[in-house]
Amino acid sequence: MGRIGVVTFPGTLDDRDAARAVRLAGGEPVALWHADADLKGVDAVVLPGGFSYGDYLRAGAISRFAPVMGEIVDAAGKGLPVLGICNGFQVLTEAHLLPGSMIKNDHLHFVCREQVLSVENADTAWTRAYAPGERITIPLKNQDGQYVADERTLDELEGEGRVVFRYQGGNPNGSRRDIAGVSNAAGNVVGLMPHPEHAVEAGFGPDSPDGPRRGTDGLRFFTSVLQALVS
Amino acid sequence: MGRVVVDVMPKPEILDPQGKAVAGALPRLGFGQFTSVRQGKRFELEVDGPVTPEVLEAAAAAAEQVLSNPVIEDVVRVADIEADAAATVSSQGLA
Repeated sequence: MGRIGVVTFPGTLDDRDAARAVRLAGGEPVALWHADADLKGVDAVVLPGGFSYGDYLRAGAISRFAPVMGEIVDAAGKGLPVLGICNGFQVLTEAHLLPGSMIKNDHLHFVCREQVLSVENADTAWTRAYAPGERITIPLKNQDGQYVADERTLDELEGEGRVVFRYQGGNPNGSRRDIAGVSNAAGNVVGLMPHPEHAVEAGFGPDSPDGPRRGTDGLRFFTSVLQALVS
Repeated sequence: MGRVVVDVMPKPEILDPQGKAVAGALPRLGFGQFTSVRQGKRFELEVDGPVTPEVLEAAAAAAEQVLSNPVIEDVVRVADIEADAAATVSSQGLA
């Protein structure tokens, strides 16, 4: 059974939901603490959402210097699968594990909604259980969600298939080229603004064709990485 | 005690949603002459003792590595705040 670390920073909100998602996918969640430079031998790491350090300075900017992040940056360079969700994505960009950055939503409002995404790359460690081009619905909730990068970086990401998710049905925050999530060159590090861990159990997810709150489109993020660890 | 001021601004090519909102509010209060607003950040870094060239160098490094994110922001000023104030006073004196 794959052991998947879930990091808690001061101000993290979604660590318990992320740990629960790991468990529902069949993995063993392992709590990791920001101040311990110790990954406890985990096979993969999730940086969950929230407002670490109150988003002071810039979202994710202070968490980047947490002792656990040094270990994660080293291990990611050696192929450890890492998923950053929302604030976790912001931490990954500040740590230079992923390109670009997030600024305030173009309309300046906090957004909380069920969001349709297309899976643009189904070859990463975190998306291999999806079909290429598949549409999925998972929650989106943030204030600093507008993905920005310079044109050259955006062209590179597109050319190398590193745009992993794109917003569908309207751009909710002004993100360049409707980008909702990206990966590193190797595909082991993935970050996205929407929240797969909130769509993993029927009765507690987004509305779906199966009924209200029955959407579980986020679960395959976690089964993907468990499969990736086995193969 | 010395004090270094660091100013950080959003890059010109990055849309500044906060500045845009402020620009939208100004004409409603009668300030119609301001056609655009950009909102940045100002940091004041204190040191024991005077602001030496070494202190300014360290402040510039901190500004690049921590206080700003080069993907979205530019460091537009790293300066000894007291020296700046003194220079302003002396230039006013000359005028």
